[in-house]
Amino acid sequence: MIHTLLLATQVLHAPHVDYVAILPELILIGGALLLMLGSSLSSSRPAPGTWSGFTVVVAAASIGASWYLWDQVSRHGPQETVHNAVAVDGFSTLFLILIGVALLLGSLVADGYLRREGLDGPEFYVLAMLSGAGGMFMSVANDLIVVFLGLETLSIALYVLAGYHTRRKESSEAAIKYFVLGAFSSAIFLYGIALVYGATGSTNLVSIATYLSQNVIVTNGILLAGIAMLIVGLGFKVAAAPFHNWSPDVYQGSPTPVTGYMAAVAKAAGFAGLLRVLFSAFGSMRTDWQPVIVVLAALTLVVGAVGAMVQTDVKRLLAYSSINHAGFVLVGLAAATTAGISGSLYYLFTYTFVVIGSFGVVSVVGRHGDGRHQLEDYRGLARRNPFLAAVFALLLLAQSGVPFTTGFLAKFYVISSAVQARSYPLAILSILTAVVGAYYYLRLIFIMYSSPAGEAEAVAVELMITDVAVSTGAGTTLVEEVDEVVVLAETEAGPPELEVPTSTALVLTLTGLFTVAFGLVPGTIVNFAHQATLLVH
Amino acid sequence: MIHAAPVIILLPLAGFFVLTFGGRRLGDPSAGWLGTLAVTGSFVASIVTFLGLRSMAPHARSVVQTYYSWVPVGGLKVNISALLDPLSLTMVLFVTGVSSLIHLYSISYMKGDPQFRKFFVYLNLFVFSMIVLVMAGNFLFTFVGWEGVGTCSYLLVGFWFDRETAATAAKKAFVVNRIGDFGFLLAMFLIFAHTGSLDYHGVFAHLGSVTRGTATAIALLLLLGAVGKSAQLPLYVWLPDAMEGPTPVSALIHAATMVTAGVYLMVRVNPILALSPDSLTVIAILGVVTAFYAATVACAQNDIKRVLAYSTMSQLGYMFLGVGSAAYGAAIFHMISHAFFKALLFLAAGSVIHAMNDEQNMKKMGGLRKYLPITSTTFFIAWLAISGIPPFNGFWSKDDILGAAYHKSPILYAVGAATVLLTAYYMTRQVVLVFTGQARWVENRPGVEGARAASAGHGGAAGHGGDHGGPPHEGPWIMTLPLIVLAGASVLGGLIDLPFGKLKFLDTWLSPVASGAGDLATESASLRIALLLVTLALAGAGILIGSRLWGARIDRPALEPEVLQRSYYADDISSAVLTGGGGMFSRALSVVVDNGIIDGAVNGVGHLARSGGTVVRRAQTGYVRNYALGIAAGTVLILAFMLVRAS
Repeated sequence: MIHTLLLATQVLHAPHVDYVAILPELILIGGALLLMLGSSLSSSRPAPGTWSGFTVVVAAASIGASWYLWDQVSRHGPQETVHNAVAVDGFSTLFLILIGVALLLGSLVADGYLRREGLDGPEFYVLAMLSGAGGMFMSVANDLIVVFLGLETLSIALYVLAGYHTRRKESSEAAIKYFVLGAFSSAIFLYGIALVYGATGSTNLVSIATYLSQNVIVTNGILLAGIAMLIVGLGFKVAAAPFHNWSPDVYQGSPTPVTGYMAAVAKAAGFAGLLRVLFSAFGSMRTDWQPVIVVLAALTLVVGAVGAMVQTDVKRLLAYSSINHAGFVLVGLAAATTAGISGSLYYLFTYTFVVIGSFGVVSVVGRHGDGRHQLEDYRGLARRNPFLAAVFALLLLAQSGVPFTTGFLAKFYVISSAVQARSYPLAILSILTAVVGAYYYLRLIFIMYSSPAGEAEAVAVELMITDVAVSTGAGTTLVEEVDEVVVLAETEAGPPELEVPTSTALVLTLTGLFTVAFGLVPGTIVNFAHQATLLVH
Repeated sequence: MIHAAPVIILLPLAGFFVLTFGGRRLGDPSAGWLGTLAVTGSFVASIVTFLGLRSMAPHARSVVQTYYSWVPVGGLKVNISALLDPLSLTMVLFVTGVSSLIHLYSISYMKGDPQFRKFFVYLNLFVFSMIVLVMAGNFLFTFVGWEGVGTCSYLLVGFWFDRETAATAAKKAFVVNRIGDFGFLLAMFLIFAHTGSLDYHGVFAHLGSVTRGTATAIALLLLLGAVGKSAQLPLYVWLPDAMEGPTPVSALIHAATMVTAGVYLMVRVNPILALSPDSLTVIAILGVVTAFYAATVACAQNDIKRVLAYSTMSQLGYMFLGVGSAAYGAAIFHMISHAFFKALLFLAAGSVIHAMNDEQNMKKMGGLRKYLPITSTTFFIAWLAISGIPPFNGFWSKDDILGAAYHKSPILYAVGAATVLLTAYYMTRQVVLVFTGQARWVENRPGVEGARAASAGHGGAAGHGGDHGGPPHEGPWIMTLPLIVLAGASVLGGLIDLPFGKLKFLDTWLSPVASGAGDLATESASLRIALLLVTLALAGAGILIGSRLWGARIDRPALEPEVLQRSYYADDISSAVLTGGGGMFSRALSVVVDNGIIDGAVNGVGHLARSGGTVVRRAQTGYVRNYALGIAAGTVLILAFMLVRAS
């Protein structure tokens, strides 16, 4: 008996775990557990903002730990740990920092929102921290199983967050849709892992790469099918067309701060996984997967841009615009060069700030009930709340790629990487959708800066914009919109006052400053993204 | 002295800000005066800078002033910098000069308009953008200015937005210019990929490694941008419609400055064009065809401003012909001449429209010479200048271009010369219809006494305080002074570049930055004189035919066939495409893209928000399954592709 036990322990010896290497994730998980325990043990309700404040502290600690890792990697080079299942290198630490920042900003935005909607509670922040930890595991994963674990941890928490606003039916609908489709795509992803394992005998990314470099596979059908399924699973997470169709509904239905957080983290983690899997494990099979990524990029660009053009709901518009952004990131990926990858990383990093800030504005303008998301609700915002309008205009300009914002360089780097890689059709398409994008971003800015309906000036822009819209692609939609304006002007004296919670104002200021400051002096972030590419295991 | 350059840029910007934030306090006329002052100050600073640059040695006259260095990593290095060289200063001088006059004129023209202040806000912003465009030291900031002038143009075309046509026109300009922007952007990426720089100096220094094919691609893409901005075939449809804007806007933006940006860009990149003779040929053919095409259409227009719009297009065609013939000096020369006489024609037309209580149909004018002596005299000068009669400036500049065109190909010359005849003809027709003959407006004018009744009748939209029901009369001095100054410039403007050896001031001045084979073409003197006489004879013939035909009778349907009146039906086609086709296209897209296939709705917008109580039913019975189907279909396609590649 004892002998058998001893034998078992000898066989099943646990791998050495370098806890420091996964400290950022552990901090988040620990924070989540602590918050859950603490809030259920304490009988009195703490002061408002405590939970959010706690999350911010935890996120900051996690960012600190990530920063320490970054420093270590810069000094001692990349390393693998936890039985080679986790890679600590520049690439993964960039994503650790990115997700930590998204969590920090997201919980600040959520605070004001949850209190306004009467939904404040520790569960939200617990879920947010857990999903963050999941995203981080995806970023550091060096093994397909770890990618999958991270993916599920991230997703399941996000499904619940999407349905968090229980009084809004849209919120529940979003959660159901996201869950069912997410499960579907996870299954495909898992099947992909199985096929790859079958073909190469390993789930470890480095082992796969080694195997592929040492063996010539005579029939690679299974391997290729596996790669295809991995691309589909991760393509779903980043909302790449044709796996994007869930995202407008889910973005629209989810509580707005969740949308911002989801748009940042799910996309970042998905791309982290995609980049890692494609380059670490299947770098030698580039010629096989590159055409797929090129087509996905092209489709995603077009679907995002055209979809955004016909929207009258701002959340849906931003959903399509983030599909378009995903297309740009894919363009950098499709180039499959160092310049392309560092362009994609830069794009993702700056996009995080822009998208969280944008949805921060939307969460405020949505007002109580989170329902005012039509373009019309933004008319005259500049007059009612110049701060909100100015920040939003800035973030929208950044999204359209105006010089001296972070968005310009982001687009510039990925497109020029495509040009350098002689992928001219993709470069042309990117520019084309950027030109189209200017239309729907500018339209929103025009609306914010036109006078409230009924006054003469508003009609000017209205007529012009509507006509442009009709001619370029909005069809009947905007004509309806005009009719609504008239009705609104007649029936409504004016929407209720906008209240910008301090925490949200802080996020808006931070994201706005980041977008301009690093647009003007971009060296730091560009270097960061570039270093992260070089310091890859 | 060239350190005055920042002042040129900053004054209109300051004007813009002061008028935006303090305009309400300033009140109507002062806001206009402030705007005018800002631009005039900018003009003075341009002169100072110009003198500074002139005092330098010719080969040193290309100074880059860097104001802010924007140095991201990864090869891209863009500075906010001004490139001060003969080309940019020539542009800045005439842009700010003409702008000052038109600002002054607008104070009176826009008097009483409810949005008077806003007009000057836009106008100052336009001048600022235009200066950025021409003074920028790199492609990126030229593009920023390019977008800026475009935006101001839409805002100003749609200024009288309650006219539906004005809003439609603004829309057209927006859409068409997007096509051009696309070409410009793409060219920038190609340039950066092949030379590693976007600074003009940097790009031109690295052209050695650029192949002929790449140079042609870059040149043609930039040409696409230029064609959109400068209203050449086939992207011109927005220009005639842009005449819906207030007349000073037509004069400034759609005649003198913005539309010449395309020509400027082509001249600016002449080192790239030099690498690609094919692109030069394309530019020349495009230019001469546009010149001829637009001139034929102008012959049949009845709206006083539309004649001038097509004429602008035609004259821009000449400038492209000049560029295509590698006669960059000549193209710039004609650009300046054209800025003077065309701005004058528009301002005088504005004066006529003003006097006619917003009537723009030339068939309802006539005999105005008696009533508008200053307007008519200055208009006559511009008419002779555009027709190419010596000694007015148009004669010299057009002759320069045609000489160079002959050097490139006699066919180009022949078409260009035929256009001279047409130009003289349609301008004469306009002069005859507006200023001579019967006063056909009398019956439409409700009594010379009933002064107030007439002005109450004319649209409040224009609203420029016309209380003139009596006989037509001249505007105040601030309207006539710009006319007189521009007329003077049209008379004497030829002096800046006479085709006699040392008198080619402009060519010599521009030669360090823009000298092409066409400028240096040395035909024998006798051939030059022969060509000159031919065009002169054609211009004379045009004037003669025009005055004979239209002096006698104003009703000649045979000479105004519908096909020309409707500009070969191009408007109908483009409208059909933009509205009908575009609408269908957009509906189709929204069906395909936004879940329409799935739920069968006309547009799939916001069904979440709309669906309310049916959410659960819908979530369980259709959507998710169908979304999953979409994902599955995508998976199958990718799998199929991969398995095809499998060995």
